[in-house]
Amino acid sequence: MGNVTAVMTRPTDSRSPAELRRSRVLAIVYLVLALLVLWAFGFGSEGSATFVISRPGDAIRVGDISVPGAGLAFVVAAVLAFLGARQWMAGFGSKTNLVLAIGLGLVALSFLAWAADGASFSLVGLLQEAIKRAVPITFGAVSGLLCERTGIINIGIEGMLLGGAFTGAIVGSTLGATAAMIAAALVGGLLALLLAVLTVKYRVDQIIAGVVINIFVLGLTSFYTSQFLVANPALNNAPIMRAFGIPLLADIPLIGPVLFDQNIFVYAMYLLVAITTFTLFRTRWGLRTRAVGEKPRAADTVGINVYRTKYRNVIIGGLVAGFGGAYFTIGSVGRFDENMTAGRGFIGLAAMIFGRWHPVGAVSAALVFGLADSLQVKLGILDTPIPSEFLAMAPYLVTIVVVAGLVGRSRPPSDYTAYVKE
Amino acid sequence: MSDVTPTSKPDQPEDRSSFVADVTGVGRIDWRSNILIPALAILSALVVGAIFIALGDLDTLRLWGSDPGRALSETFGTLGDAYGALFRGALGGINPISETLTRAAPLILAGLAVAVGFQAGLFNIGANGQMLIGGMFALVVGFQFDLPLLIHIPLAIVAAFIGGALWGAIPGYLRAKTGAHEVITTIMLNFIALRLVDYLLTVKFFQLEGRNDPVSKSVLDSARYPKLIEFINPRYRVHLGIIIAILVAVGVWWLLYRSTIGFEFRAVGANPDGARYAGMNVVFLYVAVMAVAGGLAGLAGGDQVVGTLGRATSGFSGVIGFDAIALALLGRSHPFGVVAAGLLFGGLAAGGQAMQATTNVGIDIVQVIQALIIVFIAAPALIKAIFRVRAEAESAQVSQGWAT
Repeated sequence: MGNVTAVMTRPTDSRSPAELRRSRVLAIVYLVLALLVLWAFGFGSEGSATFVISRPGDAIRVGDISVPGAGLAFVVAAVLAFLGARQWMAGFGSKTNLVLAIGLGLVALSFLAWAADGASFSLVGLLQEAIKRAVPITFGAVSGLLCERTGIINIGIEGMLLGGAFTGAIVGSTLGATAAMIAAALVGGLLALLLAVLTVKYRVDQIIAGVVINIFVLGLTSFYTSQFLVANPALNNAPIMRAFGIPLLADIPLIGPVLFDQNIFVYAMYLLVAITTFTLFRTRWGLRTRAVGEKPRAADTVGINVYRTKYRNVIIGGLVAGFGGAYFTIGSVGRFDENMTAGRGFIGLAAMIFGRWHPVGAVSAALVFGLADSLQVKLGILDTPIPSEFLAMAPYLVTIVVVAGLVGRSRPPSDYTAYVKE
Repeated sequence: MSDVTPTSKPDQPEDRSSFVADVTGVGRIDWRSNILIPALAILSALVVGAIFIALGDLDTLRLWGSDPGRALSETFGTLGDAYGALFRGALGGINPISETLTRAAPLILAGLAVAVGFQAGLFNIGANGQMLIGGMFALVVGFQFDLPLLIHIPLAIVAAFIGGALWGAIPGYLRAKTGAHEVITTIMLNFIALRLVDYLLTVKFFQLEGRNDPVSKSVLDSARYPKLIEFINPRYRVHLGIIIAILVAVGVWWLLYRSTIGFEFRAVGANPDGARYAGMNVVFLYVAVMAVAGGLAGLAGGDQVVGTLGRATSGFSGVIGFDAIALALLGRSHPFGVVAAGLLFGGLAAGGQAMQATTNVGIDIVQVIQALIIVFIAAPALIKAIFRVRAEAESAQVSQGWAT
């Protein structure tokens, strides 16, 4: 905890040379984005894009908003240029990631106005989809940070999500949705137990152990898919969790349908973030977890059982990832396809880093990825000059930019070397 | 060959063994950790894999309740059929051996790509993407130029290497300059390469005329790797690729153990801070390592495009890039270990195909077995506990954490 808070509260005017260099690079990124928005969207749009905010059945109706693409682009470019200048001169200190997220969101908005030029576009649909697509990424990120706060890198999140998705499909098809969620979480926990045994007991390299889990689960789920899901389609036909509105809250224009008219996985995501934030930073369990992560020797000296803490947290992380994996099947499409997670576990890790190993930061980052993800889906419907393959690259490109731009700034909270009790 | 694992320490004397000693291992091979442990790991993986096969056989599983005796014999029947078909498909005849060698070639090259990374302390999961880009480079040379065979094939090989090297250099540069972990960046670049190839295959320049699906033009015959034993039966697919793969493995052995830059690769892998302190340019080395690794994977992609397939299709790298990780660990990141492991995995792939065709056990079980092999290799303590072997083998260690 110590080094993280120290980094986050450092005054902005005392930036180290390395920080200064990163700040400059980030500033240039802002300026390039500003020019891009100005040139591509500002001079490329002629008409207006209509953003639809209310749906036909809503209690409170709000009129559609018509946005001139060019005008919006000029405003966004100006804001980006301002952010770039501020970043160059003074930096944003602990708010750097937040400001970057806002900047990227503005670029996305401007892009949208350009893409939907002369057409109407449902903003509610886009944002609803963004929240949904943030769900597995958030669960992956929180799973990752639960493990990392206790000193274990979990690269196997992808495999845990995939295992959860597969279990969700089969158990959902046979025993129903509730059992599916429990079973998916248990499978994630089991895989995490394997990770913990390999890394804590046998001191296998954490990255190798995680990659093993990914390959193992990918092979196993593909094997059993071709072995009996293909022949028995009834086993791969799980119920899909329906969206339900929270009374009153769901009636708020725009925010209501986006945040409070979703299925149970989205509400579980809100709960997860709230609970982990509270327990990690306000309870004895959280303090011990972080102590084991930061200084295992010191934690051991004061009587904390380091191994047991690591096992417990990694398994909890696995339960979280497994449950999140069930989203892919019973929370979304109802059927399992080979490798359907498509790198979401790794994107979750990037979200964890972007969010500085904090649940609230992780969910914010996941929302950025979710937005990138839903943009490419929704834009596939619109007639844009960009080939769909390039749109599909967006979440992966964003991940690389985020990891490259911020990992050096965000210091990992833990000591990841295998702990040997003396 | 004792200090070739990713754990090699800088204080150990530099490996000055002769080529012959490295190949035969006479007098210096630690047979327990380099032969016995891998062999037991493969055995254990096959046994655990058998359990997963048995669990996938629903009809027999139902039988356990009513007639355990028959269920037991049915289970052993299924397993015998499956592993029998696997073995026959890998080694039972000229065509199976030809198939094994055909599949081993890209596996060896991609395995070398991962192994070179391990030697320098970098975890290259991006072999798939590097294969795709390298393959596309080879493809362009293959269909665009009309040259004599003796120039055309080498040119296609060089193009494949360059393509893969460029794609591989990106994560190397990002790691060196920004600390972005190569595990995440290489995985993301795999997805990007996959989408990029899908797009390119629909562009007129690449796409086969008259087709709407993502299939490229065919490589000209002058760029195709010649088949080796076509004179016996034109059905036998084994081509020049396997010879190239073995020659490249020798080249990588020379690079790692006989050249200055190879020494620097291993030094930065053993201790980046020490290497920096000794005056090595760590940024350059990370980029160079990943470029070489990417180039090797690019050769694997080239092998697919101008060797086996003769064209590019959507995602032609398959799962070779992931198999390569298991393979590099099994081969202890040593070029000749990778060749041996590549031949084994080539056999598993060829045999798996035959198994899928003749029994009702799918080929994906091969991936499960490979993952299990890594578990047992990466945790030699497990093998030691199961078989009570005395060996001083320690766990493979490639990483210290997120940032450098």
